[in-house]
Amino acid sequence: MLGWEFPPFISGGLGTACYGLTRAMSKLGAEIVFILPRDVEGAEGTHVRMTGPMAVTRAAAGSAYRLREFTNVVFRTVGSGLSPYQTPQTYQEQLRRLEAEHWTTQELSEEFARLGRSAEHYGADLFTEVQRYARLATVIARDETFDVVHAHDWMTFAAGMAVSATTGRPLVVHVHSTEFDRSGEHVNQRIYDLERQGLQAAAHVIAVSHLTRQIIINRYAVPAEKVSVVYNAVDMDGRPLDTQRARIRRDEKIVLFLGRITMQKGPEYFLAAAKKVLEVMDNVKFIMAGTGDMIRRTIELAAEMGIGHKVLFTGFLRGEDVDKIFGMADLFVMPSVSEPFGLVPLEALRNDVPVIISKQSGIAEVLTHALKVDFWDINEMANKILAVLRHPPLQATLREHGNFEVRKFSWEDSGRRCLEIYEALLAPV
Amino acid sequence: MASVCFYFQVHQPFRLRRYSIFDSHANYFDDFNNAQVCRKVAYKSYLPANRLMLRLIEQFRGRFRIAYSLTGTVLDQFELYCPEVMSTLHALAQTGCVEFLCETSHHSLSFLYSREEFTQQVRRHQQRIQELFGQKPRVFRNTELIYNNDLARFVEELGFEGIMCEGADHVLGYRSPNYVYRPAGTGRIKLLMKNYRLSDDIAFRFGRRDWAEWPLTAPKFAQWVSEVNGNGYTVNLFMDYETLGEHQWEDTGIFEFLSHLPAEVFKHKDNDFKTPSEVMGTYEAVGEIDVPHMISWADTERDLSAWLGNAMQSNALYELYRMEKQVKQTREAQILEDWRRLQTSDHFYYMCTKWFSDGDVHKYFNPYDSPYDSYINFMNVLDNLRSRCRGILKPAVESAAAQHVTS
Repeated sequence: MLGWEFPPFISGGLGTACYGLTRAMSKLGAEIVFILPRDVEGAEGTHVRMTGPMAVTRAAAGSAYRLREFTNVVFRTVGSGLSPYQTPQTYQEQLRRLEAEHWTTQELSEEFARLGRSAEHYGADLFTEVQRYARLATVIARDETFDVVHAHDWMTFAAGMAVSATTGRPLVVHVHSTEFDRSGEHVNQRIYDLERQGLQAAAHVIAVSHLTRQIIINRYAVPAEKVSVVYNAVDMDGRPLDTQRARIRRDEKIVLFLGRITMQKGPEYFLAAAKKVLEVMDNVKFIMAGTGDMIRRTIELAAEMGIGHKVLFTGFLRGEDVDKIFGMADLFVMPSVSEPFGLVPLEALRNDVPVIISKQSGIAEVLTHALKVDFWDINEMANKILAVLRHPPLQATLREHGNFEVRKFSWEDSGRRCLEIYEALLAPV
Repeated sequence: MASVCFYFQVHQPFRLRRYSIFDSHANYFDDFNNAQVCRKVAYKSYLPANRLMLRLIEQFRGRFRIAYSLTGTVLDQFELYCPEVMSTLHALAQTGCVEFLCETSHHSLSFLYSREEFTQQVRRHQQRIQELFGQKPRVFRNTELIYNNDLARFVEELGFEGIMCEGADHVLGYRSPNYVYRPAGTGRIKLLMKNYRLSDDIAFRFGRRDWAEWPLTAPKFAQWVSEVNGNGYTVNLFMDYETLGEHQWEDTGIFEFLSHLPAEVFKHKDNDFKTPSEVMGTYEAVGEIDVPHMISWADTERDLSAWLGNAMQSNALYELYRMEKQVKQTREAQILEDWRRLQTSDHFYYMCTKWFSDGDVHKYFNPYDSPYDSYINFMNVLDNLRSRCRGILKPAVESAAAQHVTS
């Protein structure tokens, strides 16, 4: 499997999905070689910073390992600057930072010498890095035996194709998002080409929702029978419904937005709805938890709208902080412009927070105990927000039924579906 | 001697328009949608069925007899959107073979919340039926056959001679719904209980090809009716009138079935058709039926859970009836009528979350995407009604206070 760094070292759904899926499949008995890029300096926001020679040793030591929870999985890391949600611009920034701060050419060469390759720097741009990663992955793959190659999202597609070609094993490509979701209609042509190449070369394509499946069929010219839907899920961790939520007794209601502050997630619609809500009801605070390329613009927008004092920005949250913020929220809103699936509403419901989700999301296909709204319909969004805040019975019913419903989303089912797809591919024709 | 006792329920609610918190007008009801639905059902069901009934009544020279219960809201809608139906109803009334029952004018759950409102609705409806069809109703049915001992006692005091309820197994036990009973705690009033097996055979199973008894022919059904002989006096077939043509589409053969049924029933010499009053007049009560807790004819549970199963529903109903005093104090006819239309049980039916995740019968005529949307919509409308009341009452209070000061 060509995947991504697990929680808590990640920023977003991709890592969470890889974690959930891999864990479930491991429990079902599948043996997995999990290759992932690891920028040893640490993904954005990690607390641990490695310096100097220790970094190389750690890279050498951490190159292949196992985790106790994942009995059937071997992890192989590849030193690479790739991380989820990168764009060509953010990659350049990261590269500059890496080269300036900790890695010297010497250290890079040593690492790659260990991998049996001649000295190579990190790729000068994102696409070169993607190709470099593909080559490194192939080197690792040659040491392993496996039946299927499973690649998650476009940055691993080149690696997936390379491994598949050199080993002759079928490629399954897992689409968690498309360039159209991430960038609207202004797609990056090279990224689109890579996605398309991967989708065409794959023996089978897995989409996280019917919404995404349709995009794949319509925009990437992939035949419908080649695409299956396997929904993402959420871990309940054995939590029962918390009927006696220890709530912070306060007069103010809190409406939460949690996710990357980027165009795809619709932060400006959240603020527009917030403004309408505040016209009717005063004791509400809106919290935007997360960061992203639109964070500065969003903070400015809140101020311009005159609601700056009612909107709080927490920055990027992880781990316990996420649970804490859910504990405080009366309502969670996901006004995504185009969401292939949407894991956060499930996490919200797991934390007993009722949700309002955009109809333009994959999860709206499967979640019934949630309020749904078109992302652009800020009047209706405000209408629904106000209804939840003003009518405790509505909030209670949504919470209870939602929490119960979220239990049907299990990673076991998703994992099983993936294994079925593998079997179908490997069955003698 | 087995009598077939048909009673058809005719009802349409005034559905709400999409109403958000930002709306402030007083046009709560979706006239366009309501008109469309009313006409559609009229053409598919009510009109062809009425014509069929008229034909059968004429054909059998008075031996074919049936009963209807029409809600005030559906009568309003016929007058507004579909007067042709009214003329067929008048024709039916004039045959003398049709009995009209009484119920709450607005198909409401008012008995559960306000006896005063309940009485007002029942009296108004009784009067209306008398004015329209020249008959004063003597038999009562409550909304969705919601029933218990208290209701029976109350309705007896209102002067009714008969009342209907669901022949629920947990109430009947080993007994059969094919007899006339007396409600516990009453003296005179008689109880007719729906034979749900035979009623649902027509109302639900008729068109289903996977049913063991499909196709249900008139001779077969008449045979089942005849088998009641010696084991009961009346076969109470209570159902929605929309069964004929809407729930069971014309191509299932439902109209053919009904048109042949009287002849087949009459082939068995001991059988006939009686209206509810005639059944009660002919047969004595054979025993007492004790229903301390509310039952209904809805869903498999036959209880109140379709309208009062979750917090939203009970909250909405509570808030609605809490406004009664205010609404009546305004003395504004339009406000009163709006408030009454909001009492129609359908609004709360739409908020049911019982089997929301699986598609089911609740969704059939549900104009909302989800029960939550229906609750939000309803509460927004209620808010507006409340402010309209306040707007009228507050100046009155203020001027009264001012007068008090100056005098």
